[in-house]
Amino acid sequence: MDQAVWLPVAFAVLMGVSILLYVILDGYDLGVGILLPRATPEEKDRMIASIGPFWDANETWLVMAVGLLLVGFPTAHGVILSTLYGPVAFLLIALIVRGVAFEFRAKAGAPFKPWWDRAFFAGSLVAALSQGYMLGLYINGFAGGLTAHAFAVLTALCLAAAYAFIGACWLVMKTEKDLHVKAVRWARLTLGAVVLGMAAVSIATPLASQRIFAKWFSFPEIIALAPIPLMSGAIIVGVWMMLQRMPRADHSLDFVPFVGAVLLNVLGFTGLAYSFYPYVVPDRLTIWQAASAPESLMIIFAGACFVLPVIIAYSVLAYWVFRGKATELRYD
Amino acid sequence: MSDLDPTLLARIQFGANISFHILFPTISIALSWVLIYFKIRYARSGDEKWMEAYRLYVKVFALTFALGVVSGITMSFQFGTNWPGYMEKVGNIAGPLLAYEILTAFFLEAGFLGIMLFGFRRVPGWLHTLATVLVAFGTALSAFWILALNSWMQTPVGHEMRDGVAHAVDWWQIVFNPSMPYRLTHMVLASGLTVAFLIAGLSAYQRLKGDERPAVKAALTTGVVLAAILIPIQIFVGDQHGLNTLKHQPQKVAAMEANWETRPAVPLVLFAWPDEQARDNHYEIAIPYGASLILGHSPNAVVPGLNDFRGNHPPVKPVFFAFRIMVGIGLLMLAVSWFASFQIWRRGEPVPLVNRVLVAMTFAGWVATLAGWYVTEIGRQPWLVSGVLRTADAVSAVPAPMIAATLAAYLATYAFLLAAYVSVLFYLARKARIPGTTVKDKDQIPFVHEGLPADAAKA
Repeated sequence: MDQAVWLPVAFAVLMGVSILLYVILDGYDLGVGILLPRATPEEKDRMIASIGPFWDANETWLVMAVGLLLVGFPTAHGVILSTLYGPVAFLLIALIVRGVAFEFRAKAGAPFKPWWDRAFFAGSLVAALSQGYMLGLYINGFAGGLTAHAFAVLTALCLAAAYAFIGACWLVMKTEKDLHVKAVRWARLTLGAVVLGMAAVSIATPLASQRIFAKWFSFPEIIALAPIPLMSGAIIVGVWMMLQRMPRADHSLDFVPFVGAVLLNVLGFTGLAYSFYPYVVPDRLTIWQAASAPESLMIIFAGACFVLPVIIAYSVLAYWVFRGKATELRYD
Repeated sequence: MSDLDPTLLARIQFGANISFHILFPTISIALSWVLIYFKIRYARSGDEKWMEAYRLYVKVFALTFALGVVSGITMSFQFGTNWPGYMEKVGNIAGPLLAYEILTAFFLEAGFLGIMLFGFRRVPGWLHTLATVLVAFGTALSAFWILALNSWMQTPVGHEMRDGVAHAVDWWQIVFNPSMPYRLTHMVLASGLTVAFLIAGLSAYQRLKGDERPAVKAALTTGVVLAAILIPIQIFVGDQHGLNTLKHQPQKVAAMEANWETRPAVPLVLFAWPDEQARDNHYEIAIPYGASLILGHSPNAVVPGLNDFRGNHPPVKPVFFAFRIMVGIGLLMLAVSWFASFQIWRRGEPVPLVNRVLVAMTFAGWVATLAGWYVTEIGRQPWLVSGVLRTADAVSAVPAPMIAATLAAYLATYAFLLAAYVSVLFYLARKARIPGTTVKDKDQIPFVHEGLPADAAKA
């Protein structure tokens, strides 16, 4: 097959996987940040310890996704990020503040610690909100107007809630005792918001675009698509029932809600990816129109095929090394 | 607000972000290797002082690395938001280089950082050592890729222009372009010097505060001696880099020297006030034949002048002064590190006055590194990619007030974080003397018995 045809598709897949991994991975650590004010000082330390070894690598997936957009689809990178200039600035400053608060809270003197905790919370929340806001604008194809922005506000709130949910599920898996009990309660509370968010996006997406409406509600696509909402519903019910039965004396199933949250992310993302494909800027630029020269894409693609399995291998190693319930972080 | 120039604002914003960002990799690149050095010294001697030094500087590393990561995320967005014309024109070259930096370096660093920082008691010694080496290697690899791209922008080769867009022809030439080996070496040495003075400065501060621990003296000696070794090499490499620039970007060297006419027997201007209107220098203090001697190794060597590049050379004042700041700090580093080394050799440690000077120079490496970057980056103007793309043609259509507002927000954040970073470093240094939990059971320290086979018996 012609390189100019399949390479942009391969890049879109790579970029999609990077975004999905980012949303899941940084999603849980942003979520932990959003939940931070609800914990006692000792619990805060434990919550932060649970994400300590991972957050750097998690954020690298954002650099990867934006980098792939930049190098694979430079025109789209220009259009999308220039349009989103304002929310992007909010996101970046929030990520900076959050990332450094993580370090400063443990290293600056004790009197400053509550302030850095607040900065960590605020950075996590603003980062989540600005990502959700950008998602809302993107779904509406960057249409201006009050409705589009009102919808973006809704997606912002829902994404923040979704991150809080996956963060709570992470804590259910990684913590014990009082904090574990609290995390179960947080997960139950935020699950409702997740349902609301997924419903809102599912209703707005076909309404925002004729093309997507046709793509969803035509035969036989509708049958092929049906598993996405059905499976999502089943997972939501399953996670809900699981959370009702927690905390359990036996902690061997503590990972289940987190796995459920990951699957919900995968399904939601698949639905969005299906809807927008082959557009990288909704209804304006396809991946082929926006792609770089094939020879440059090829050299990156070859490298990615070789390096990505290695990256996944050592990421798995890191999660293996820090498996189980979180313990105090020590440098020695 | 409408009279704000979006090109200038975009440049200031990008410049501010990249200046803030570069501060932290400059430290983490070399500090990771110093940490490995501390580990090796500890493994070989079993002397607790090296472990104490490791404990302090691994914290410094963690903090520095975090700042580097988050400020680096900003960069990946701003390539596109501030310079869309850049990717349109040279994206086929810049794209793969940036992609390889992310794929090979960023993930490697971030992936093993967790194990390096917090895995000490969780993994076997060899794996902890391997993780530390891989993080160090990742930081160096990151420098390699980004400096390959930056050098290509200075001295572009290995590509051809088709329909106004650069296409890669020879990747070997692109990566190892003429200025790349010089710039990479110069930058890695700058990183080493920055870390040497950082460690020397923090240790000298601890000494002045009455911290008598052997760990402080060991770190102080490490910093001072490392600086004393690196600075002459850096001066030599810097000179070679200058000659390379003379060959490929003569207008930059003309601006560095504030030399207006191409002529033989050019003096070395120590100080002047270059005037681009009059195209002459005011208040010039110069050493006769100096520039000809340095650049041409002969008193009558011809040195290119700015008037040969009218309308096509960088603004003279910032390049001229930034260059003098860099060289000035370099010479100061030479004097201080050698004098302090001499005192360490003669009396075990520097006198308090020298320690005070070292404290004042804790971040001297940052100032010199930034000044050097301003010389080379402003010296590239008006080009973004020499001879290929003008900076003004790459700028985005984002309205000036939007850039100005976000610029103000970034600057406020950076100023605050910089102040917090510097004060926390000194705080950590002060606090280091309060003993934490010391490791009593040697078996808990993995690398003592597994890291280096030759010393297993000793430990």
